[in-house]
Amino acid sequence: MTSFPWITSLTALPLVGAITVLFLGGKNKALVRWTALVFSLISLFITLYLWHRFSGTADGYQFQELHTWVPSLHVDYRVGIDGLSLLMLLLTSIVVPIGMLASWQIEQRIPLYFSLVLVLQTCLFGTFTALNFFHWFIFWEMALIPAFFLVRLWGGSGSAKAAMQFLVYTMVGSVAMLLSFLALFLTAKTFDFTELATLAQNGTLMPAVVAKLGWHLLTPEHVALVIFFGAFLGFAVKVPLFPFHTWLPSTYAEAPSGTTILLTGAMSKMGLYGFLRILLPLFGAEMQRVLTPLLWLAVATIVLSAYTAWAQKDLKRIFAYSSINHLGYCLLAIFAVVKATGGDTALTAQKFAAMNGVFLQMFNHGLTAATLFWFIAMLEKRSGGLRGLDDFGGLRRVIPVFTGLMGIALFSSLGLPGLNGFIGEFLIFKGSFPLVTWATSLSVIGLLITAIFILGVLQRVFYGPLREKWTQLPDLTLGERLTLIPVIGLMFAVGLYPQLILGVVNHTAIQMALALRNF
Amino acid sequence: MLAWTIYISFLGALALFLLPSRRAAWARILALATTLVTFALALSAFVQHRSGEMFTVVSYPWISSMGIRFSLKADGISLTLLLLTGVIGVCGVLFSWNIDYRIKEFFGFYLVLIGAVYGVFLSFDLFLLFVFYEIVVIPKYFLIAIWGSTRREYAAMKLVLYSFIGSAMVLIGLIAAYVVSGSRSMSLGDLAGFHYSPHFQMWAFPLVFVGFGILAGLWPFHTWAPTGHVAAPTAASMLLAGVVMKLGAYGCLRVAMTLFPLGLGPWGFHVIGLGSWRDVFAVLAVIGILYGALVALVQKDFKFVIGYSSISHMGFILLGLMTLNQIGLSGAIVQMVSHGILAGLLFGVVGRMVYARTHTRDLPALGPMHLNKLLPFAAFTFVIAGMASMGLPGFSGFAAELMILIGVWHSYPTLILFVGIGLIAGVAYIWRAMQQAFFSGSAPAAVTTSHDHSLPPITLPEKLGAGILICSSVVVGTFPQLFLNVIHPALNSPLFQGLRKGGW
Repeated sequence: MTSFPWITSLTALPLVGAITVLFLGGKNKALVRWTALVFSLISLFITLYLWHRFSGTADGYQFQELHTWVPSLHVDYRVGIDGLSLLMLLLTSIVVPIGMLASWQIEQRIPLYFSLVLVLQTCLFGTFTALNFFHWFIFWEMALIPAFFLVRLWGGSGSAKAAMQFLVYTMVGSVAMLLSFLALFLTAKTFDFTELATLAQNGTLMPAVVAKLGWHLLTPEHVALVIFFGAFLGFAVKVPLFPFHTWLPSTYAEAPSGTTILLTGAMSKMGLYGFLRILLPLFGAEMQRVLTPLLWLAVATIVLSAYTAWAQKDLKRIFAYSSINHLGYCLLAIFAVVKATGGDTALTAQKFAAMNGVFLQMFNHGLTAATLFWFIAMLEKRSGGLRGLDDFGGLRRVIPVFTGLMGIALFSSLGLPGLNGFIGEFLIFKGSFPLVTWATSLSVIGLLITAIFILGVLQRVFYGPLREKWTQLPDLTLGERLTLIPVIGLMFAVGLYPQLILGVVNHTAIQMALALRNF
Repeated sequence: MLAWTIYISFLGALALFLLPSRRAAWARILALATTLVTFALALSAFVQHRSGEMFTVVSYPWISSMGIRFSLKADGISLTLLLLTGVIGVCGVLFSWNIDYRIKEFFGFYLVLIGAVYGVFLSFDLFLLFVFYEIVVIPKYFLIAIWGSTRREYAAMKLVLYSFIGSAMVLIGLIAAYVVSGSRSMSLGDLAGFHYSPHFQMWAFPLVFVGFGILAGLWPFHTWAPTGHVAAPTAASMLLAGVVMKLGAYGCLRVAMTLFPLGLGPWGFHVIGLGSWRDVFAVLAVIGILYGALVALVQKDFKFVIGYSSISHMGFILLGLMTLNQIGLSGAIVQMVSHGILAGLLFGVVGRMVYARTHTRDLPALGPMHLNKLLPFAAFTFVIAGMASMGLPGFSGFAAELMILIGVWHSYPTLILFVGIGLIAGVAYIWRAMQQAFFSGSAPAAVTTSHDHSLPPITLPEKLGAGILICSSVVVGTFPQLFLNVIHPALNSPLFQGLRKGGW
C-alpha cells in the first residue's frame, strides 16, 4: 500500500500535541489554546488529504499498515480505513476544533484541558482506524479516561456523580465485551476483525466457540446469544440504546459545553461504529435471531427519548435526549438491515439505502449536535451560565444573527429538507420501512415529537416577550461568525449535495449490507 | 554473572551494617548503587538469554552427603522475575530517600531481603531455595517492626507466623519428596523427573501448594497480607507486595506444580461440584479476586485499599496457574510482573507521596485537603497507576489479565462471570479511592484559600521512581512479547512436562 504511514501519523499527531501543550505550561494561556487548535487543524487537513486520496470504488481497506506485534497472541498492528472510517475521521477532525473553540473561555488548568481533548482525539482516531481487537480496545477504553476527567474536573456541581456514572456504565459494558471477545479468541485464535468476520460468514465462528465451551445447561443457541449479548452490551451502553442510556443526560448536562460537543459529536459515534464494524459482521446471525426485541429497543429509544426531551427544561438536557433520539434512528436502520430477506433484490436495494442513511445520519448528527451545543456554550457565556428554557424569551430582537444561525442548526436537527439532517433520516426511513414496517411506523412518532420540541425551543428562547435583563445581550462577534460560517455552510452543502459524502461511503455501505446476506 | 545479584546484595548489606559514617547520604547512595548493579546484572542476563531455555549459573557441591548442591539455574520465568526484582529494588530505594531513622540498618535489611529474593528465583536446588525463602522472613520482620506504622508489632508477628506455617508445610512436602524419591539429590530437575505415586502426589501437592500459597495471598490464608502491607514502611510494602508475594506464586508454579503434577488430577469423586485440587484452588483464587476487590471497596484507610487490591490481583495469578494451559500460565507470570510493578507504584504513591506528607491515610480526611491541587504529581501518578491496576488496555495489567482470561475461558468458562464481576469491582475500588483521596470537594473556587497548608513538594527520587515504574508498566503492556519470548520456551522445557501432558 502506501509507504508513508498516514493513519499512524494521524493518530499520533494529537498525542504529540497533547504533550506539547502540557509542556507549554499555564503561563501563556493564548499560546496554549492556539497550539492545541493548530494541532487539531493539522489533523483536519491530513484527514481532508486522505479524503482526497481515498478511492470511493475500491474494495476493502485503504492506507493499510500491517506489522507483527504480539505473535504469541496472534496480534498484528493493523490499521486501515474504508468509507465509514474515513467519514468518522472527518467528523472527529471537524468536531474537535469546534469543541476547542467552545472551550476558549475556560480559565482553569488550560494546558491540562486542551491536552486531554487532544488525547481524546487520538483515542477516537485510533478507534476508527484499528482493525485488530487488541489495539482497537486500547483506544476504545482509553477514550474513557480523558472524557472522565474533562467531565469531572471542569464540569458543573453534579459532575462527580455524573462522571462516575458514565465511567461505571461504560466499564461494565466494556468488561462484558472483552470477555465475549476472549471467548471468540478461544477457537478463532485471532483478534483481526476481517478474519473474524470471514469466520462468521462461513458460519464456523460461533459453533466452534459453543462446542469448545461445552456448557451443557444451555442450548448452543443460548450460549451463542450469551456471548453476543456481552459484546452487544459494550456498544449498547456507548450509543446509548434504551435502557442503557441513563448515564448520558446527566453526563452531557454536567460536562462543560466544549466537552459535551466532543462527547456527542464524536464519542457517541464510537458505539455506532462498533455496531457497524464489529457486531454486524461478527454477530449478524445472533442479531437476526433476536431481531424483534432489538427493534423494540430501538423504537423505545427513539420514542421515549423524544418524549423525554419534550419534557426537559434545561437546553443541554433537551439536546442530550435529542441525541439519543437521533442515534436511535441509526440503530433502527442497522437492525432493519440485519433482517433476513431471502435474497430479494428489491429489499437488498432498500438495505443499501438504509445503510447509506446510517452513515449520513452519523455524520449529520455529529455535525448538528456539536453545532447546537456550541450555540448553547455561546449562550451560556453571554447569560452567565443560564441555559434553562424558561430563562429566556424574545432573544431574536437583541441577537438576530445568533437566532438566525442557531435556527438553521435547529432546523437541521429537525430534519428540514435542504439541510443535512434531512437526507440521512430520509434514507433511513425509506430503507427501513419495507424491511421492518411496524417498527419504522412506530418510530415516526419520534420524528413528530422532535419537531414539536425543537420548535418549542425556538419559540420559547427566541420569540415571545423579551425580559428586561437580556436587553443588553451581545450578538455574535465577528470571530464567532467567521468560525460558524464553514460549519453552517457544510450543513447546507451536505443537505443540498449529499453525493459529497455518499460518493465516498456508498461503496462501503453496499459491501457491508451485502456481507450480511450470508447469514 | 547472575549469581552476583545475590552476592552483591548481601555484600552491600554487610557494607551498610559496617559503614562507620553517620552520614545518611552515604547509606542511601550505597544502597542505590547496589540495587542498580543488581538490576543491571539481571537486565544483561535477560538480554543475553533470549532463548529462555534453562541455563546453569553456578553449581557447587555443598552438603555432599545428602546430595545438596549450591545450584543456581535460570530460565525465562526466573529471568522475568529477576528483572522485576531489580526494578522494584531500585524504586524501593528511591521511595525510601526520606528515611532518616537508623538508616544504615534500614537499607541493610532491605538489601538482605532483595538478595534473598534473588536467591529464591535463582535456586535450582530445593534445599537452597528453602534457605533463601526462610532468609526473606527475617528482614521483613525487622523492617516492619522497627520502621513500620499502624500496629507494627502485631502485623510483623502475624506475617512471620504465617510465613513460618507456610514454610513448615513446604518443608514437610519437600522432605517427603526427597525421601520417597530415594534419590540423593535435592535438585528440582531430579525430583521433578521422579514418578511419584498418584496417591502420594494427592496429599503432597496441596500441602506444598498451600504452603507457598500462603505467601501468595491465597484466600483464606491471606490475612497477613493487608495488615503487613499497611504496617510496613513504604519500601517494605513495595517489596512485600511487589516481589515477596511473587515468591509464593513462583513456588507454587516452580515447585508444587512441577513436582506433583498428578496432584492436580481428578479425585474421582465430586464434593460440591469440585472434582480435584485444581478445581478447589481455582475456586479459592476466584473467591480471592472477588473478596479482595469487594473488601477494598469499603476500606477507609487508603493503604488498606491497596493492600486488599493485592489479594485480588494475586487471585488472578493463582487462577492463571490453575488454568494449566500455556496462555493462562504465561498470563500468570506476566501478571506477577505487572502486579509487582503496580503494587510498587501504588504503595509508593500512598505511602511515600501522600502519607509521609499528610500523616494520614484516612480517605475521608484526605478528601478536604484537595490533594490534586497540592500534590498534582501524586494525583497524576495515582491516576495512571490506578488505570493500569484496573486493567485498562495499554498497561501491563491488561496484557496479563487478557491472557489469564483466555486461559480461564479454556479451562473454567463458568468461572468467567465471577472474574468479570471482580474486574468491575476492581474499577470501582480504584476509582472510589481516587475520587475520595484526590478529587473530592467539588467547589474549586472556595478551595484554594481555605486549605492552603502547603505540603513539601514531590522530590526528584520519587519522580524518578514513579517514572521508572510507569514506563515499565507501559512496556510490559504494549510489548508483552518481550517476556512471552522467554516465558514460552521455559514453559515448554522438560521441567513442565508433567503439567503439559503431551502439549498445552
